[in-house]
Amino acid sequence: MAAIKLGELDHILEKHSSKKGNLIPVLHEIQEEIGYLPTEVQRYVSQNLGVAMSKIYGVISFYSFFTTEPKGEHTIGVCMGTACYVKGAEDILMRLKEELGIETGQTTEDNKFTMTMTRCLGTCSMAPVIMIDDQVHGNLTAENVPEILKKY
Amino acid sequence: MFQKYLKNINWGVKMAKNEILICAGTACVSAGAEEIKAKFEEEFRKLNMTEDYECKTVISSTGCVGPCSLGPVAIVKADNTFYGHLKSENVPKIVKQHLQQGKIVEELLTEEDGEKIEDFKDIRFMKKQKRIALRNTGIIDPNKIEEYLERNGYQALKNILKQMTPLEVIEEIKDSGLRGRGGAGFPTGLKWSFAHQNKADQKYIICNADEGDPGAFMDRSILEGDPHSIIEAMAIAGYVIGADQGFVYVRAEYPLAVKNLKIAIKQAENTGFLGSNIYGGDFSFNLEVRVGAGAFVCGEETALIASIEGKRGQPSTKPPYPANSGLWGKPTVINNVETLANIVPIINQGSQWFNSIGTEKSKGTKVFAVAGDVKETGLVEVPMGTTLREIIFEIAGGIADGKEFKAAQIGGPSGGTIPKEYLDLKIDYESLAEIGAIVGSGGLVIMDEDNSMVDVARFFLDFTEDESCGKCTPCRIGTKRMLDILEKILAGKANSDDLVKLEKLAKVIQETSLCGLGQTAPNPVLSTLEFFRDEYEELITDAEEVN
Repeated sequence: MAAIKLGELDHILEKHSSKKGNLIPVLHEIQEEIGYLPTEVQRYVSQNLGVAMSKIYGVISFYSFFTTEPKGEHTIGVCMGTACYVKGAEDILMRLKEELGIETGQTTEDNKFTMTMTRCLGTCSMAPVIMIDDQVHGNLTAENVPEILKKY
Repeated sequence: MFQKYLKNINWGVKMAKNEILICAGTACVSAGAEEIKAKFEEEFRKLNMTEDYECKTVISSTGCVGPCSLGPVAIVKADNTFYGHLKSENVPKIVKQHLQQGKIVEELLTEEDGEKIEDFKDIRFMKKQKRIALRNTGIIDPNKIEEYLERNGYQALKNILKQMTPLEVIEEIKDSGLRGRGGAGFPTGLKWSFAHQNKADQKYIICNADEGDPGAFMDRSILEGDPHSIIEAMAIAGYVIGADQGFVYVRAEYPLAVKNLKIAIKQAENTGFLGSNIYGGDFSFNLEVRVGAGAFVCGEETALIASIEGKRGQPSTKPPYPANSGLWGKPTVINNVETLANIVPIINQGSQWFNSIGTEKSKGTKVFAVAGDVKETGLVEVPMGTTLREIIFEIAGGIADGKEFKAAQIGGPSGGTIPKEYLDLKIDYESLAEIGAIVGSGGLVIMDEDNSMVDVARFFLDFTEDESCGKCTPCRIGTKRMLDILEKILAGKANSDDLVKLEKLAKVIQETSLCGLGQTAPNPVLSTLEFFRDEYEELITDAEEVN
């Protein structure tokens, strides 16, 4: 993993500098750009926004979307909403674990996939679904899991 | 001054004479809608029809046109003909026979009960629906403000700015009987009047689009498919309470809603419907999108406010209510997406019209997200007071795979389970409350005979236990203990004392939790205990015999 050039985050900090309640939008954009929020980045944000490190850590640890660990090239979110659960999301999850050899929250050795469980994605009419990056794959069965993974 | 802006609008010049609408909802896309669109375009080019016809993707949302399970779908706009389950090889025939010669391709029509259905409005899934909040979704292109304007868009804002005082608008909304669609059902007009009465120098409007209930997706669909209707309603609310700034708080799981909303806000700014001196008057209003970060509790209004302020999304005690002291301590009105989607129609068509729809105390319509073990899934908007039987068996086509209906879960983790004895109950705020369920946000997951109700209760407790923010003890520890007992029951290790403990715990959590999340967390357990107690008892008796 290449070292993070903190100076390259300045454009994000500047864009939001005068906005009230800017911490969460800033963290969102930084994570979008570099994938995660390690301590050095938190410290840089703290110095620039004038928000205490403890507050920043409090926010990052509260919201499930923020992560302090680097993620793989693609993130798989397995929907665990009601409709997906009723329609067999657990089977999909089991098959994904088998295929990738990882548990939820982990990244494959080749750094290609990170697997997470997500809350309802609101695509209940296609349940069960998974979301890989921003793309939703629906009406899944355990059998077509390998086929979908091959596309990435 | 304002005319200058209106010149920027592309009043339909680029629109072809005829249109074929192809649903680009998530469901249809995964069923091959993009391929269908490409094929239509190819045929139009081949036959030189590009000036006569435009092949338009209508919406990019899951709620989309509606009947997701029939995808990919296309609608010929001129005569409303509906073609479902389309395949690429069907396209040339539709173009030649229908679009060129005006003859409907009979063999491609959807067949229901042995009858071929031509008109989109006549298919079973649509026939009983009454679309107010969803009036534009699936019909207009959300990324073209011109299409919203063609359907009377921003006229309600114009009319109130020119002709109505804030108090008159409040009276109108009060008379309509509109109540909050996010779950609690608080009268919208009353909420606005509280903030209006406050004399603070700064006030805010927030649209709560943190649609976290699993199984609910109407707000997503409205934001993705008709974002201008929310922008217009928020500007109206801003004028009424005296706010010049609004926020839309959207959950991070909805990237497309965020994108379409941001495009719409830009367009509204460029055409003068947002910004300074709207319609040439004194009223100014700006709108900003704030994206959530994956915390269910942020749907609770005080937690949502904390989140916009950049803090951990933990709720606080009420009072003070946000209408008096909300965002940064200023009076704030928070309305749900579907609630706001009803505002413009009420202004345009009058409170009496809206008031005439629905039941005595629940007016208007409600959108339900129907999913689970039914034949057809998708968004269903029906008048308040429609029965569950009508929704499941008449609109959604009944239970899939020839199985029996067992229960409907309504209102997500704060809601309850409705057994078949209550299929004929009229769904509105009051009657659902009577049987321990809630309308909630309108998620409706239908379950067939194969589902274990104890497991469903465990599923929801697992959810609330994980989403509990940890601030108050009853919710933080209580939900964990309830989950432990449910897991024990399912694992065949419980005894009858555990059931007593479970019920007692549920009551304590309901009464002592700080916010709505904790207060309603036991509902799925209490409601399954009421209607499916035998399932709990059976598991316990079996366990006691073994041990």
